[in-house]
Amino acid sequence: MKVQDLRRIAGGKYNVELHMFGTGEPLLFMHGAGGLLGVDPFLEDLGHSFKVIAPHLPGFGESTGGEQIEDIFDAILFYHQLLDELGISSAHVVGHSMGGMLAAEFAAMDVSRVKKLVLVTPAGFWLDEHPIPDFFSMELPDLAAHLFHDPKSPIAQMFMAVPEDMKLLEDMYVERVKRMTQASKFLWPIPDRGLKKRAWRISAKTLVLMGASDKLIPPVYANEFTSRIKNSRVETIAEAGHMPMYEQQEAFVKAVRDFLKS
Amino acid sequence: MKFTWFHLMPYRFLPDGFTQKYHSVWVDIPRNLYDPKIGHKLYNDYLDQLEFADQMGFDGLGVNEHHQNGYGLMPSPNIMGASMARRTRNANLVILGNSIALYNPPVRVAEEFAMLDVISGGRLIAGFPVGTSMDVNYCYGEVPATLREKYREAHDLIMRAWTEKDCFSFNGKYTKLRYVNLWPKPLQEPHPPIWIPGGGSVETWDFCADHGYQYSFLSYFGYLAAKKVADGYWNVMAKKGKPLNPYSMGFAQAVVVAETDEQAERDYAEHMDYFYNRCLHVYQGFADAPGYRTESTIRAGFLAQVGRAAALRREGMKWKDFINEGYIIAGSPKTVRERLREAMKTLNCGHLMILQQIGSMPPELTRKNTQMFAQEVMPHLRDLWTGWEDKWSPKRLPENELAMPAPINLNKPAATTNGSTAHGPTNGGAHRGAAK
Repeated sequence: MKVQDLRRIAGGKYNVELHMFGTGEPLLFMHGAGGLLGVDPFLEDLGHSFKVIAPHLPGFGESTGGEQIEDIFDAILFYHQLLDELGISSAHVVGHSMGGMLAAEFAAMDVSRVKKLVLVTPAGFWLDEHPIPDFFSMELPDLAAHLFHDPKSPIAQMFMAVPEDMKLLEDMYVERVKRMTQASKFLWPIPDRGLKKRAWRISAKTLVLMGASDKLIPPVYANEFTSRIKNSRVETIAEAGHMPMYEQQEAFVKAVRDFLKS
Repeated sequence: MKFTWFHLMPYRFLPDGFTQKYHSVWVDIPRNLYDPKIGHKLYNDYLDQLEFADQMGFDGLGVNEHHQNGYGLMPSPNIMGASMARRTRNANLVILGNSIALYNPPVRVAEEFAMLDVISGGRLIAGFPVGTSMDVNYCYGEVPATLREKYREAHDLIMRAWTEKDCFSFNGKYTKLRYVNLWPKPLQEPHPPIWIPGGGSVETWDFCADHGYQYSFLSYFGYLAAKKVADGYWNVMAKKGKPLNPYSMGFAQAVVVAETDEQAERDYAEHMDYFYNRCLHVYQGFADAPGYRTESTIRAGFLAQVGRAAALRREGMKWKDFINEGYIIAGSPKTVRERLREAMKTLNCGHLMILQQIGSMPPELTRKNTQMFAQEVMPHLRDLWTGWEDKWSPKRLPENELAMPAPINLNKPAATTNGSTAHGPTNGGAHRGAAK
């Protein structure tokens, strides 16, 4: 993994793997349970229009101090601290899946800090009629089938790729376990930590981006956000599952850029 | 050498083709496969078997906790313990144990174990397992990331509840209590012996060594594969300068005895097959939630007890392979004596938790197995580890101070003319009124 910068923040509580590039208005990206790839083409693309700030949440990637992030509140304070130390008073915030849940919480807590909000296939709600499948217990092929519109596509295959070398395999397994363990603090066993009590406070203009064939958090969940967030609307990306920014990069970047620039 | 007769209490009637037809024996096993009328018979058979083991002179009777599964029917082993406390008199009650992170507040465990210790006259051995990932993460919803920390805190609370002289306050991260004041408290001073069942987590060795608890390795792979884990434990003990007392280790092993080695195969092979192929048919995704095992345990290379890797390892294995690889110890009394002595010496193990009802094994065969072992094997192994003091067995009340339960009266209550009983509703109001 290419590490852009390990940045010491909060007096050393965290050393953050921070991917920061591009020019324009600041855009804070909050990743999902899978973390960042390190080189994420959709972020590079957004970097042509925005100053992208994409940290790995402590406990993901190379970022340290994960044990001190135990709940939503800890995570939100971490993102605030990071922006404080970068000298950024307000930013667009884009969050994916688990990161969408955190982005919504972030926007509800301090409305002055979020210019516009994009929630991409966001977690945070639970509908008994549409239970979100238990991705923690899924094996890779099953997971890929839930994450991607086309599990046979090269991008989906890349996600499922398993190294032959046993040592690399073990490292990869440990790394995956580490990410999922950290994600379990927000998502286990049901990905609902009470956002429904707080979403009403979000005042930023909000775009909810869903994947038309998302089998993890199906498009029906968009209503939970739009019905609670005053200034919000939905867009659905065709031929995309839970990972539209990888599967339909162009459409995704266009939707985000058009919304943030409008 | 000491022997605990351990019961898993499996559901004996999972359908043929279970492994092919169903997703998992644990967590999401279809509810319609459980028949409570069969369950009624099974619980009573199984308690009979434990009571028989008491009569046969085993040192302990073992039960444990599992949830939502056909492998072991004891969501609450304490209920089994309560029955055994009244219906047995000799053996120790080895409750191995309560998954203490699951109880809210964990003083519930301190209380129930204290009750069992008091009722049984100080025969309780208290087990504190973390619990399998299927049980704690998937069935009971514990967040994997915080499970072990919560377990440690629950342990600290229970130990203080048992040992502090006065009422105290507990300001934990997971449990906050203004008043902790255990009534009743355990009969054994300062508390019952503590055994920690482990499935191969390296952290458990330090935990046991540091607290002086007995380490019980529960494995389905038999004693040969267990050697690596036992060595790990003894290395930690040696490094910390602790005596390598065999009684500070327990090991679970399936053991079946018959007249000859050939007869053992005829008697037991199908039940062993049922156990390994149906009772252990756990969906890989439930075997090991992310964060359930720590990185050091994963990197130590110990196989998860259930799931695909475990199943692959067993694939194509026949009766002879199960014996050769030590998954089971089976055969004539002579064969079993030799094999078991070798096993216990290999592991330096003083407490054998012996599994004698396995899979679909019916009551009469279980009885035969238990009796043959008790009479023709156990006495020949008693000499092992003489000279070592067993500090991990209960200190019970002397015989003359033990309460004697009244015998069960199987007569029906005398019927009154209208068909209700003598204490029935006809004069119920007056009866209640008279009670003070």
